[in-house]
Amino acid sequence: MSTDALVDIDWAVAHAGDPKVVFVEVDEDVSAYDKGHIAGAVKLDWKDDLQDPVRRDFVDQAGFEALLSARGIGNDDTVVLYGGNNNWFAAYAYWYFKVYGHADVKLLDGGRKKWELESKPLTTEVVDRPATTYTAKPADSSIRALRDEVSAAIGRDNLVDVRSPDEFAGRLLAPAHLPQEQSQRPGHIPGAKNVPWAKAANEDGTFKSADELASLYEGAGVDPAKDTVAYCRIGERSAHTWFVLHEILGRPNVKNYDGSWTEYGSLVGVPIELGD
Amino acid sequence: MGCAPPAGGVSLEGVDLAKETVIGGRVRLGGNPVAGAYVRLLDSGGDFTGEVVTDEAGGFRFLARPGEWSVRVLSPKGSGSRAVIAELGLPADATVDL
Repeated sequence: MSTDALVDIDWAVAHAGDPKVVFVEVDEDVSAYDKGHIAGAVKLDWKDDLQDPVRRDFVDQAGFEALLSARGIGNDDTVVLYGGNNNWFAAYAYWYFKVYGHADVKLLDGGRKKWELESKPLTTEVVDRPATTYTAKPADSSIRALRDEVSAAIGRDNLVDVRSPDEFAGRLLAPAHLPQEQSQRPGHIPGAKNVPWAKAANEDGTFKSADELASLYEGAGVDPAKDTVAYCRIGERSAHTWFVLHEILGRPNVKNYDGSWTEYGSLVGVPIELGD
Repeated sequence: MGCAPPAGGVSLEGVDLAKETVIGGRVRLGGNPVAGAYVRLLDSGGDFTGEVVTDEAGGFRFLARPGEWSVRVLSPKGSGSRAVIAELGLPADATVDL
C-alpha cells in the first residue's frame, strides 16, 4: 500500500512497545477486547465512548478531549486503530479521529482478523496509561455529510451505497448476521451506486491494492471527478469505504454520511428507490 | 438431554422461525469444535454477505433469506467451504469440517 495511513501486521509487531505508538481496539462486539487484545492496546467502545448518550450524534469536541485524555492518548502519539468485523468500527474510529484532527492516525490492515489468522499473540493484561491533556480540533465538516447535504447531492454527486445488494435492493434492512430491524423503509437513495464495502477487502480483511480499488469504483460508475458521499446503515461500513476513497485512493471531497440508511430510510418525504 | 442443540448445532435462541431464514452449524477439526474461526456467508454469485466468529462450541448462525449460499471458513487451523440451500422456517445446516 502506498498510503502511510495503513500499516501491516509486521509494522505493528515491530512497533509493539514503542512509547509513542498507541494501539486502540474498536469493536462491534465490545467484549472482544476483554477476551484478548494486542499487548498495550487500549479499548474504545464505539457506542458508549463515541456516541452521545442522549442525542443521536458524536460526542462533542470537549467529550472527545476528555475521552482521549482518560485513555492516556496524547496529541503527538501515533494512534493505530484495529478491530473485528474487518475493521468496520476501527475505520469508523479512524474517520472520527480525523474529524477531530488527530495528527497521526493509522489503521492496521486486516485488523483483528488478520492478526488472529497469523496466530499473533493476544493478552488479557489490563492496560493502564497515565492520563493526558488532549486537545481536539473543531470537528472537520469536510469529511462528514449530514442529511440535507445528502438530499442535495442526489443527481449531482456520487452516492455510494456500501451495503449488501439485498439491503440496497430493499430485500433486507440489516446485514444478514444481525437482527432485522432499523429504518422505517427499505431501499436506497435514488441514483446511488451499490459497491458493497466487502468488495474493497480481501477475505482476510486486508484492503485490495490501490489499482484494484480504483477500477472497482470506476467500473461501478463512481466518477472520480465528482464529489462523493458514502453511506451504509449506521455509518461504520461506509467509514471503511471512505477510508478507501479518501485515504488509499486520495480522492478529495469524500464524505461519510454517518446518519446513513437508518436516518434516510426514516425521513418523511424523501425519494427512495427499490430494486437492484 | 433436553438441552442438547438441534442436529447440526444451529442455535435457534431468539429466532422467530416464521420470519427468519437461518443458516448455521459448527466448524470442526477432527470432530472437535473450532472456536474463534471466521465464518463468511457468500451469496450465489460468491459475493460477501456477512461474517461471524464461532463460539466456544464452534457454532455459528446467520439470518439470511431463502436461496443458494456458500459458507467460507478461515482460521489459523485451516480453511474450508461448503454450499448450502436455505429455506424459510427450516434451519439449514452448514457445518464445515476443516
